[in-house]
Amino acid sequence: MVPDRKAIRVDLQLISDMIEPHARVLDVGCGDGALLDYLVHFRHVDGRGIELSTEGVKTSISAGLSVIQGDADTDLKDYPDDVFDYVVLSQTLQTMVQPKVVLEHLLRISKHAIVSFPNFAHWRARLSLGLLGRMPVSKTLPYEWFETPNIHFCTIKDFVELCRQLDIIIESQKILDTNGSVRSFTSTLFSANLLGEQAVFLLRKKKS
Amino acid sequence: MKISDFPVSYQAYGELNEDKSNAILVCHALTGDQFLAEPHPLTGKEGWWENMVGPGKAIDTGRYFVICVNILGGCMGTIGPRDINPETGTPWGLDFPVITIADMVRCQALVIDHLGIEKLFSVIGGSMGGMQALEWASMYPDRLWTAIPIASAALHTAQNIAFHEVGRQAIMADPDWCGGDYLNQGKKPVKGLAVARMAAHITYLSDQALHRKFGRRLQERDTLAYGFDADFQVESYLRHQGITFVDRFDANSYLYITRAMDYFDLAAKHGGELANAFKDSKVRFCVISFTGDWLYTTEGNRRIVHALNSVAANVSFAEIESDQGHDAFLLDEPDFERVLKGFLDGAEEIRAAETGQD
Repeated sequence: MVPDRKAIRVDLQLISDMIEPHARVLDVGCGDGALLDYLVHFRHVDGRGIELSTEGVKTSISAGLSVIQGDADTDLKDYPDDVFDYVVLSQTLQTMVQPKVVLEHLLRISKHAIVSFPNFAHWRARLSLGLLGRMPVSKTLPYEWFETPNIHFCTIKDFVELCRQLDIIIESQKILDTNGSVRSFTSTLFSANLLGEQAVFLLRKKKS
Repeated sequence: MKISDFPVSYQAYGELNEDKSNAILVCHALTGDQFLAEPHPLTGKEGWWENMVGPGKAIDTGRYFVICVNILGGCMGTIGPRDINPETGTPWGLDFPVITIADMVRCQALVIDHLGIEKLFSVIGGSMGGMQALEWASMYPDRLWTAIPIASAALHTAQNIAFHEVGRQAIMADPDWCGGDYLNQGKKPVKGLAVARMAAHITYLSDQALHRKFGRRLQERDTLAYGFDADFQVESYLRHQGITFVDRFDANSYLYITRAMDYFDLAAKHGGELANAFKDSKVRFCVISFTGDWLYTTEGNRRIVHALNSVAANVSFAEIESDQGHDAFLLDEPDFERVLKGFLDGAEEIRAAETGQD
């Protein structure tokens, strides 16, 4: 069964708040379908998902969600342009083989993209790497270097820069601290990049 | 060529509700028939999908009215080449028109009309049954809510055709086939049909499944006989499969149905673009494949999913882990049952929300 619908992760709640009711939504890397289930039942979206793990797919379909077993790196190209209102990439960007290509596809197939990722420039990560000389392991980065699925780490600054390069407009951003609370230290990119442990961005493409 | 006024046999399980909204059509595979959830009248063996269809099972006959139609060209009551051609008064034999998967689907639609059902809740089928489910969604998109093609394909590959050709040649090489006229000559190409079945049966199982079942174990002997008897259990098993098959299946039916499968290419019918077969479709699809299936592979099933994605159709897709080969869809696979049941439950919930039904 899908986990308790009321108890979704804080970052998932943030994502959900960014999505208009009745929208068409694709959740890329939807896991066990927790966010999708919440969106379908509480925001009445037309929701779809892509998930790599067999277990996640089975759980999602068994819960009545429309989910395909697939890989965002290879399967996004099949979707036509502009079929979704929102496409969600939650804590998955850093696991992509080609994050830049994936990001471009997201904004090709959808009006908006919501992307969340762990910030590799959080002060604890900097401390771990800069002072202790060890790859950071934390709640948001829970893996040792030899077993991590995260192959393309980035920082909030890096991500903002990539969006600029790709002509992507950042409509809004939420920065989460170590406790998972949204913090208002987003006034400067410097402080967000230092104090934010996770970030959630709502993106759209520039009108051509 | 046209045939009219012909018999069609079907079996139904469960009860059709008042607004006729709980009907599920199950499409059977090449050598299957309509007896999916009850003992077979000829062999006495249990129905071919009794593990999936029944009260409280994944396809719950306590909730759904489940219909299974013997396919056009079959030999369990629906018209096929062994039936009498009214013009000649003798069996059709090779004068029977060549049929397609689409013809089978049209024939099923006549039964659904006859039952007064406007819209099926689901069309479900494994293997060739999955081809019919895809064809249903393509031909009659407004007559079904959901389609579940299982271990299936949108076209027959060269390898698929090649295996079928071996089977057909085995039948036609049997002198008792008599150029297809065996019924008029009081003969039956049992040897050829049995070999066709043996060859096909190998394609339904995986290497691992065969190894697990038989290995190199010997059949009722302690040492090799150094001859051409069935030394190995696997030989004996295949011979048994062949011999029992001829009791319940007609050789010409086998030719016609395998040919229909070979001709199946849903993309070719739609300008070479599979996606066009499902354009603007409101049908909810659930495509299911099995890791150990080398006959209708995950890759082929994924192509169906990609085509559906490219027209933004509503599709779910799961690859079930199993080393049982193509036949996995007929066997006890708990994950498969869970996905199928979950999909049906979810689709019913969504239909209720869309139509305002309970």
